[in-house]
Amino acid sequence: MTAAVGQLSPAAVREPWDGGSRLFAAGGRAGYAGHLAAYGPLPGHEPRGTLLAQLQASGLTGRGGAAFPAGPKLAAVAEAGGAARYATRPSGPVLIANGAEGEPLSFKDATLLHNAPHLVIDGLLATAQSVAASAIYIYTAAGNLDVVAAALAERPDAAGVILTESPDAFVAGQASAAVNFLETGRAIPVDLRRRLADSGFKGRPTLVQNVETWAQVALIARYGADWFRAAGVAGDPGTRLVSLSGDVPAQQVLEVPGGAPLTDVLATAGIRHDAVAAVLVGGFHGRWVRPEGVVLSVDEGAAGLGAGLAVRPGAGVLHVLGPGRCGLAATADMVDYLAGQSARQCGPCMFGLPALADVMRRLAGGGSGGSGRGGAGAGAGVAGPPLDPGLVDEVGRLSRLVSGRGACHHPDGTVRLIASALEVFADDIPWHLAGQCNSGHAGHAAVGLAGVRDQPGRVPAEGGRR
Amino acid sequence: MSADSRREAAARLHIDWTRCDGRGLCAELLPEALSRDDWGFPLAAPGRLAVDADKSNVPLKHSELGAAADAVKLCPVLALRLARP
Amino acid sequence: MWAFGRASGFASMLLLSASVLLGILTRSGRPLVQLPRVSVSLLHRNVSLMAVVFLIFHVGALLLDSYAQLHVTDVFVPFLGSYRPFWQGLGTVALDLLAAVVVTGLLRHRIGQRTFKLVHWLSYAMWPVAIAHSVGNGTDGTSAPVVAAVVVVSVAVVAAVAWRLSAGFLETARLRQLHGQWRRP
Ligand code: SF4
Ligand code: SF4
Repeated sequence: MTAAVGQLSPAAVREPWDGGSRLFAAGGRAGYAGHLAAYGPLPGHEPRGTLLAQLQASGLTGRGGAAFPAGPKLAAVAEAGGAARYATRPSGPVLIANGAEGEPLSFKDATLLHNAPHLVIDGLLATAQSVAASAIYIYTAAGNLDVVAAALAERPDAAGVILTESPDAFVAGQASAAVNFLETGRAIPVDLRRRLADSGFKGRPTLVQNVETWAQVALIARYGADWFRAAGVAGDPGTRLVSLSGDVPAQQVLEVPGGAPLTDVLATAGIRHDAVAAVLVGGFHGRWVRPEGVVLSVDEGAAGLGAGLAVRPGAGVLHVLGPGRCGLAATADMVDYLAGQSARQCGPCMFGLPALADVMRRLAGGGSGGSGRGGAGAGAGVAGPPLDPGLVDEVGRLSRLVSGRGACHHPDGTVRLIASALEVFADDIPWHLAGQCNSGHAGHAAVGLAGVRDQPGRVPAEGGRR
Repeated sequence: MSADSRREAAARLHIDWTRCDGRGLCAELLPEALSRDDWGFPLAAPGRLAVDADKSNVPLKHSELGAAADAVKLCPVLALRLARP
Repeated sequence: MWAFGRASGFASMLLLSASVLLGILTRSGRPLVQLPRVSVSLLHRNVSLMAVVFLIFHVGALLLDSYAQLHVTDVFVPFLGSYRPFWQGLGTVALDLLAAVVVTGLLRHRIGQRTFKLVHWLSYAMWPVAIAHSVGNGTDGTSAPVVAAVVVVSVAVVAAVAWRLSAGFLETARLRQLHGQWRRP
């Protein structure tokens, strides 16, 4: 508790997982007063570098998907900002809170912004002060603008924060796409010559972090690295928000500690283990797993500690596939969606993903007369003509062809999803090739894509609490 | 040759996928380093890069530097640049 | 001088036409039978530069020629000349356009792809103007071999432009259409 400077002693903040939430400690839809009451004021003028040191020591990783360590990222920006201090043009670092949440199965960022916007703002302001930032942006989807604007308006210190609406597109949340959008109005990724930390928005050092990461920064700024590390495991300290969807009793956002066993998380949400065939971890760029023995951790080395298979939580999506659902069909729907979300500027992505979607669609369609969509009946064992066994090889060939060949990681993420599907649903493939699917095809996509996004439950006031 | 050639790379040829139109001039100039994929876009020759590597930066040998410089000059859409290690 | 001016103008017209053809071929991404794409691209550049050289001869010769009564201003500002000002003016227009295309072409790496491409489109405007100038202004404009040459290059360029606008123009068109036509589900 070395750096606990807030009025509130860290002990007064309920520990997460053992009966409380860090990020939602101020309750649902917390206003500024409630926020201050729960967390205390943001520590004032800290000696330069204190926040950075605490952040480095905390081991916080980005919560947007790539899980890049937040400390080194801030250090790079601070260093570039320091070097540019004597430049003639305004050149201080630019801070961007990325709440675009293009991932269709994710709603934890929206939940956070609706319920604890002040933590996000605190994280930005504390960092802005420590690196002498020249601009602060919150970039988020249309549905979150009003609450964030209200939060900005009700506090005295946030006049400099600029709120910008992000387009509703999968790649709009990619860091270089966010910067590109703020500069040019086009939310598509760019081929970076230099790191954003060195030269991002208008050539200034730029730090793009997911909104949840900024909220965690706010907590570390108040309570310090040791407090942060009290939750989670050494290789993945702190807590993270996950969006739980799919064949579940209720879609909800949970706050879970790093290294949490997946079965425990599902049990917390009241999901019996026999109600789960597989879980998509991390979102459309994540991977399918069978939950037994899986821990959610950014530290893939954790597997060696007897903790089970460590799976990176990515954007924090947990999407449950119930028994009787066809994983290949669900994956094919997702690849279809991803192919449609290519920014269509990099050849291998623009042509390769539709080709992959096509092959996956055919593979998934085995057993339902080739379409796989539109619900070929809920019954098991739907029969259709046998498929070309070369389809699986073609998936592999196209995957190798597109991976690593784009200006962003969209092709790589798509390939990762497909590879995990072929692995986890390997037993289903021979059946599909023979023209039989043992699961129904009852429009999984309806749950996967439309269901989540259009839910008013995207902002569950109590979603994060347990 | 994979691991060694990666260490020995005299430079890397960076492909800006947002520009490249797959016209294939670079693959002609650097036949040993690049081939073309199904759609005509440059593809690092087998063994040049690990399967999961970032294939936008193709390692080059010393003997290929001249041809690579030509490719950078001649690419019709300015999609290439040389990155020295 | 007069004869030399006419001959070099004629040569320049032929080279420009060849350059337009090669440019379109370059854009298609296809090799020319045995000639690799790189060579097609280089040939396009070199033929264009040769056309410029002959154009300099053409203009230079006529500047020196007393009969043509060409002034330095006529080289840059169209429609002021004394000898068939309209047709001569077209030549000036074509020359100005060509200068823009060539200069931006040579400075491509400096000025960036976008500007280069925009200016390079002017080639399609420059070529018919140049042809009109050589037919309308040339004193041989009605002689059989010149007419024949103009007809041949015109047919070739018009056909190439039609090909340029057709769906199968790109070398990789077929496969790209297969996958690129893909729509969101
Ligand atoms: S890889 Fe795909 S999604 Fe990413 S920038 Fe290129 S075209 Fe867009
Ligand atoms: S020469 Fe340029 S446009 Fe052509 S394939 Fe190579 S990088 Fe792409």
